Amino acid sequence: MQKIEAVIQPSKLDAVKEALVEVGILGITIFEARGHGRQKGHTEFYRGREYAVDLLPKVKLEIVVSDEMAEKAIQAIITAARTGRIGDGKIFVSKIDEAIRIRNDERGEIAL
Amino acid sequence: MRCMAKKYPSGLKVAQWALGFGLLALASGSAGAQTTLPASAISNGDNAWMLVSAALVLMMSGPGLALFYGGLVRKKNILGTMMQTFAMMAVVTVLWAVVTYSLAFGVGSGHFAAFIGGFHNMFLKGVPLTPIFEYAPTIPGQTFMVYQLMFAIITPALITGAFAERMKFSAMLAFMVLWAIFVYSPMAHMVWGIGGLLNASTSTTFGSLAGKFPCLDFAGGTVVHVTSGVSALVTALYLGKRLGYPQKPMPPHSVVLSFVGACLLWVGWFGFNAGSALSAGSLATSAFVNTHFGAAAAAIGWAGAEWIRNKKVSALGAISGAVAGLVAITPASGFVTPMGALWIGLLAGVFCYLMVVKVKNVFGYDDSLDAFGVHGAGGTIGAILTGLFAHSGINAIFGPGKATGFFEGNHGQVVNQLIGVAIAWAISIVGTLIILFVVDKLIGLRVSEDDEREGLDLTQHGEEGYDWENA
Repeated sequence: MQKIEAVIQPSKLDAVKEALVEVGILGITIFEARGHGRQKGHTEFYRGREYAVDLLPKVKLEIVVSDEMAEKAIQAIITAARTGRIGDGKIFVSKIDEAIRIRNDERGEIAL
Repeated sequence: MRCMAKKYPSGLKVAQWALGFGLLALASGSAGAQTTLPASAISNGDNAWMLVSAALVLMMSGPGLALFYGGLVRKKNILGTMMQTFAMMAVVTVLWAVVTYSLAFGVGSGHFAAFIGGFHNMFLKGVPLTPIFEYAPTIPGQTFMVYQLMFAIITPALITGAFAERMKFSAMLAFMVLWAIFVYSPMAHMVWGIGGLLNASTSTTFGSLAGKFPCLDFAGGTVVHVTSGVSALVTALYLGKRLGYPQKPMPPHSVVLSFVGACLLWVGWFGFNAGSALSAGSLATSAFVNTHFGAAAAAIGWAGAEWIRNKKVSALGAISGAVAGLVAITPASGFVTPMGALWIGLLAGVFCYLMVVKVKNVFGYDDSLDAFGVHGAGGTIGAILTGLFAHSGINAIFGPGKATGFFEGNHGQVVNQLIGVAIAWAISIVGTLIILFVVDKLIGLRVSEDDEREGLDLTQHGEEGYDWENA
């Protein structure tokens, strides 16, 4: 099982969710985050004082999928989230040791 | 349909009564020069307007100022900031009833009469439900008292902007009580009280120094704004900067709240200025119109300056400009023409913008919410501009046909304005320094560094302003 973490632009969230549903991935967790890679921030002015805002709003999503589904999920996210400009985001993949369904104790891939 | 209104005495009759009573009072050599008129002198129209005005001015404090200041601080200090204003609404009220009304508007004795009232009106003794001739001949004395109370409330509340986010609640209360007694009351007495040194009104003549330097201050440019603004600067310097200032960014957590607060201030200010006519006639209209025009022109002035400097007009800038204009028009509101008000607003908007944006950074003091930059500076320039633009056609306060302002021909008035401003500066600096020193030595003024980092809401009040996690 693989955990796929993706940091994307907030405006792309709806498109990414739809794309994941279309390839059959139904479980998803969303975090509202702030951060930056190479993207520059912006300046705000309050009563003459400049404030550099370099932590930009982002959305981080986490899904856990079976090994076979991982590449499909990654491609779905990329297609939906890509604009071609700096700030599109990143995807990280890691191995998951165990998954458990709380409702009925199911373990392993059937719990996903 | 004709309205079956009760017949009220004509103005001439009231004047005759007043003259009679006044002479009687003088002849009897009474301890106070305060003259009470009969209930029939009350104008329902005037009293209705004055009660509404008093409510409007209170609204300026709560929620006006509470929101305006509250939005400008960081989230962790929103309640602490609002509590400072609210505490004034409660504490200053009780203090006013007990002693500070008497100190401000009571009749003093001997040479002190020009500087401070006495204790005759403590616990509001002798404050009648019928009119006090010298102050407001057509409204109950208690209407006048409660109207003035609202000014006494908002003035110390304005100071809180300078020491935002770092003062102990207990120390603030102690400071404010002493400030109300030793700075506000004397200043209010000098400008508005019977026998006051700076009082320009001819009906409050009492004592040898009465009106020695008649200052044109219609609604409290010196009494409210210069004193609070300058005292604010003193507290900002004495307490020192907030932790991390100026390197750490501390932007307003909600310009939305400040916006709402500023609009409430604008509307409430009609009570502040037009209510200072103490009547509902054409003088109130003049003050109302001038107040509005001053606010509008100043918003444009500040916004224009911002546009030139930053290429953008910010919401915070626009509303700050409006407030600056309202401050500057305060002393002028019942003395200038509408065109004069536009000029005063425009000049004040630009001037206060420069004070807040340039001068503050040059000297580096942490006047957190620009109490000095807007109220101290705005009040000072407003007082001076009043001396320039005042016109007897609007308010012949020195007598019929006598010029009031510089452009009308009274070249000396600007000097009197400067004297009034200088006295306000002096009493604010000296009084505030002494009070700060005393309170600091007794209980300490500033919160601990840990408390400052955690925020006033939690450390001073045990509360959180916003609790969205549990929503």
